Amino acid sequence: MLGKGVVGGGGGTKAPKPSFVSYVRPEEIHTNEKEVTEKEVTLHLLPGEQLLCEASTVLKYVQEDSCQRGIYGKLVCTDFKIAFLGDDESALDNDETQFKNKVIGENDITLHCVDQIYGVFDEKKKPLFGQLKKYPEKLIIHCKDLRVFHFGLRYTKEEEVKRIVSGIIHHTQAPKLLKRLFLFSYATAAQNNTATDPKNHTVMFDTLKDWCWELERTKGNVKYKAVSVNEGYKVSDRLPAYFVVPTPLPEEDVRCFQGRGIPIWCWSCHNGCALLKMSALPKEQDDGLLQIQKSFLDGIYKTVHRPPYEIVKTEDLSSNFLSLQDIQTAYSKFKQLFLIDNSTEFWDTDIKWFSLLESSSWLDIIRRCLKKAIEITECLEAQNMNVLLLEENASDLCCLLSSLVQVMMDPHCRTRVGFQSLVQKEWIMGGHCFLDRCNHLRQSDKEEVPVFLLFLDCVWQLAHQHPPAFDFTETYLTVLSDSLYIPIFSTFFFNSPHQKDTNMHQRQLSLPLTQSKSSPKRGFFREETDHLIKNLLGKRISKLINSSDELQDNFREFYESWHSKPTDYHGLLLPHIEGPEIKVWAQRYLRWIPEAQILGGGRVATMSKLLEMMEEVEHLQEKIDERHHSQGALPAEAPSLLRSSARLSSLFPFALLQRHSSKPVLPTSGWKALGDEEDLAKREDEFVDLGDV
Amino acid sequence: MASAPTSKYNSHSLENESIKRGTFFILIDKEVIYICPFNGPIKGRVYITNYRLYLRSLETDSALILDVPLGVISRIEKMGGATSRGENSYGLDITCKVRDSVLSYEGHSRRDMFEILTRYAFPLAHSLPIFAFLNEEKFNVDGWMVYNPVEEYRRQGLPNHHWRITFINKCYELCDTYPALLVVPYRASDDDLRRVATFRSRNRIPVLSWIHPENKTVIVRCSQPLVGMSGKRNKDDEKYLDVIRETNRQISKLTIYDARPNVNAVANKATGGGYESDDAYHNAELFFLDIHNIHVMRESLKKVKDIVYPNVEESHWLSSLESTHWLEHIKLVLTGAIQVADKVSSGKSSVLVHCSDGWDRTAQLTSLAMLMLDSYYRSIEGFEILVQKEWISFGHKFASFPTAFEFNERFLITILDHLYSCRFGTFLYNCESVREKQKVTERTVSLWSLINSNKDKFKNPFYTKEINRVLYPVASMRHLELWVNYYIRWNPRIKQQQPNPVEQRYVELLALRDEYIQRLEELQLASSAKLSDPSPSPSSPSQMMPHVHTHF
Repeated sequence: MLGKGVVGGGGGTKAPKPSFVSYVRPEEIHTNEKEVTEKEVTLHLLPGEQLLCEASTVLKYVQEDSCQRGIYGKLVCTDFKIAFLGDDESALDNDETQFKNKVIGENDITLHCVDQIYGVFDEKKKPLFGQLKKYPEKLIIHCKDLRVFHFGLRYTKEEEVKRIVSGIIHHTQAPKLLKRLFLFSYATAAQNNTATDPKNHTVMFDTLKDWCWELERTKGNVKYKAVSVNEGYKVSDRLPAYFVVPTPLPEEDVRCFQGRGIPIWCWSCHNGCALLKMSALPKEQDDGLLQIQKSFLDGIYKTVHRPPYEIVKTEDLSSNFLSLQDIQTAYSKFKQLFLIDNSTEFWDTDIKWFSLLESSSWLDIIRRCLKKAIEITECLEAQNMNVLLLEENASDLCCLLSSLVQVMMDPHCRTRVGFQSLVQKEWIMGGHCFLDRCNHLRQSDKEEVPVFLLFLDCVWQLAHQHPPAFDFTETYLTVLSDSLYIPIFSTFFFNSPHQKDTNMHQRQLSLPLTQSKSSPKRGFFREETDHLIKNLLGKRISKLINSSDELQDNFREFYESWHSKPTDYHGLLLPHIEGPEIKVWAQRYLRWIPEAQILGGGRVATMSKLLEMMEEVEHLQEKIDERHHSQGALPAEAPSLLRSSARLSSLFPFALLQRHSSKPVLPTSGWKALGDEEDLAKREDEFVDLGDV
Repeated sequence: MASAPTSKYNSHSLENESIKRGTFFILIDKEVIYICPFNGPIKGRVYITNYRLYLRSLETDSALILDVPLGVISRIEKMGGATSRGENSYGLDITCKVRDSVLSYEGHSRRDMFEILTRYAFPLAHSLPIFAFLNEEKFNVDGWMVYNPVEEYRRQGLPNHHWRITFINKCYELCDTYPALLVVPYRASDDDLRRVATFRSRNRIPVLSWIHPENKTVIVRCSQPLVGMSGKRNKDDEKYLDVIRETNRQISKLTIYDARPNVNAVANKATGGGYESDDAYHNAELFFLDIHNIHVMRESLKKVKDIVYPNVEESHWLSSLESTHWLEHIKLVLTGAIQVADKVSSGKSSVLVHCSDGWDRTAQLTSLAMLMLDSYYRSIEGFEILVQKEWISFGHKFASFPTAFEFNERFLITILDHLYSCRFGTFLYNCESVREKQKVTERTVSLWSLINSNKDKFKNPFYTKEINRVLYPVASMRHLELWVNYYIRWNPRIKQQQPNPVEQRYVELLALRDEYIQRLEELQLASSAKLSDPSPSPSSPSQMMPHVHTHF
């Protein structure tokens, strides 16, 4: 599923029928209210998609040149999306339609993509949830991909307002059953279009063969073996059916604690060192049980610490690193910086932009993840140590760090297919709880933590600093982050391979769906277990771990020596992690904000020049080949992919319709207090030798 | 310890100096301990010439650690006494405009070094010539020829029937800080100009900087009017501004941008200055752009230096960057320039820009606006002309348009480096009249000679020439970044990849394309030779080329 691009060339959707659009400003509405004649715009439904409710004469506000424009249309809610039907696409030119998102239109919001809904009552904005007593005159929808929609309901019939508002609130915010996910209806109704493209070899890691192949690729098969002890999820429903463990490890050990306390192989480095992960043993009070656990771990430890295995360094991610709550808090502050309702808000926050950004800590969290990944890399690469990642369930920060380390160390993971295989291996088979972490079922806001997005942001930092080392662009990462909320791909909609298999299986048998027995909620703030792991393993390993000062020195030396050499894009890749080097992923976060758009600028300008030049060189090469073969006439020149690259907006290929005019945007807010420079400001201008600076 | 003169000079250690044959001489050559802010004390050998100070490590593969033109040194202080205890506590503390260095000795006298450095770093105070006057570098291009005001005005279509070139300031008698050649309204007589000069600070009257090629609106620059506390008026000045307004018949108002914050403009009345009031100038609209003066900017730049040198603030990078206000200043200058450009381009109104004296903020605004409006200034030569013409100080503001400029980052850094180096005459003195008196163009080399004779090094391969395209940067903090490659380049931990890998890939592709085009041409030639007709055929190379090129 991952292999499916959402944005791409060729084909394109059917152009919507032309329709009447009323270009009126809100203040003009009264005068021509009566004359509004709406022409039907066809609603495109996916296979299995059903219309739930609709409302006519809804006004969608579009921000343009710091004033708002309204477009009349119909607002609908299906079991897949909220859509606004009003033709706003007449102005699209070729380049733009070519790169249009084929699943989610400009005015479509999948139900899972809705973050917060606000209503405006007498100019006051209030969050909406549950049963409403009063219906708002305006609906504001904040999306998880950071789009913001404003829908005016003042001219909509009252019953329709009630129906659409309560419908949207219910379908996006009320807790949902797993079986109600749209992807099941889609899978049933859609023809078998999941046939894999033969060119696309994303390894799914759902067979023993896939794991053997990966072991062979990384030469891990000398010391590690793929096991099928969990076939049919007999041992654990948290583990995948097949996985890899150290060769001498007895299979009964895996059964002992349902796969907990077992070092599970992630990846092998060229020098034979491996990256391993382990989930914590259940927390016990009883001394006898603790004794059993201790001797079990001692046994495990003896196995992995005897030659041929390298010295093991443990990284306890539950206690010495970020907590999931840190990530959640940071991201909820961070995203608010981009969910901007209007131009005034944009410029008001602009003055304090850097301190707002810093106080969210999101960039600092990215830096800490990158730093930790470098530390792990240093152990594997320079110290010849195995690294064992510990985490309560080994399915959050374990996924993040193991995949980040692999992106840095294994160039295969920087190809598109390699990256998708990595996501499949570490995140999908690794049992990352996408369903809970994305809060797809709206069952617990507390569980919602953007761990996968954090990983993508870390990869973006790497790709941004070293673009030639990656087979894919930032647009790929952005689109991938969007697909978390599109329930036609099943990839990101389950908590474990077991959950996916049992549910998808039932579906295929057309059995009536029962609510899957959801695993007991795992709170992620449980710290007791962390200490347990540390106590049990820590004592034995502590002597092997360098003191933290030494560690810092090793890190510095490794980091600085790598950066002082020319970069080998096909080898080890390290990020810069100094303050100014960690940046905001502008394409993902700023793409819908019209004020932030630079016409004819941004990175896209050089990238498209590069693409043009590549096309041209290829074309010339063809011509030369043809010359060699025949003396015929020159072939006609192939049309260029992007003809007007210099005029593309920095937000390309997103937010195409946001600004058509070439008027500059001007800040509307003034200067911040100068503080201690106030007295200087009063001084006269004079001849000043700038050399004093 | 006595300095060992020239004998130590060899091509290995002083490769770059060999360019300046016969002009430089070694003053000092001795062993010192250099206290490196990043790596601690390093034993090294210091060489001081009359142009720069070098330090080569004696520890690690004789790497060059310091290489600073003496011109950038702003302060030299003795540190500790001969009896000071502790390691490396006796030496010299040298403060540069861009970074600090501490040189330390063990057991040697530092007096000779201190004296020599002081003399040559501050030559004017010791009646010595500035190095630029001694520099005998030869380049195959003469950079002094780059800017010819008459030609530049001709390029803009001047003079025309509304604007004339005047030589009234030929001997700098009208205004000693203005150039000799000025462009003024056709309808204003030289006598008018003299009368206006009495009402403008330092006689800096409104003169034309740029004219829009299509709608003929203009950017005019000057200094503040001498209104004073009593609110003085000057009929000639009022009439003169009206004449400027009338050169463009499309709009009834002339737009005046006062670069200063409103309060500062008001405060200037106390010292005889001020701004154009509504009742005196009926046909003008005045806006304040809130840009702070040079003192505030300098303080802010000092703070930038504090957060990047020697160590870069890590986890509080963003808030410390914000506290410097530097990017806020850039934002305001940019915002002002966008307003000027937009007014001229789409507002179809002529614009007059001034601050107090009209040489710092005004120059920033006019030159930036011109860079946005006129793609010619985005070429290497055009930019040199702009610098020469308008005096500019800039940051990293146009990074958001990577294909719009012919020059690259190195070009800008080179210009900034030589702002202080004293190797070239380009940035010596404050105005044309003094430069002429000192015969700068005859006695010194121009920076543009260096650049224009190595143009390839300073070219942006992504440059796409576009005529008459107005560039509007977005003056939002969300897009502004500190210019790391300039401000933090000394830090070995923050080293940008040079050259930029995407740029390198593009250059490779360009070379490949040229190679293919040539091969195609050869194939074409061979095949047309094979065809019976030996006379120039329709597919001769000269006609082939434009065909291939239509694509770009």
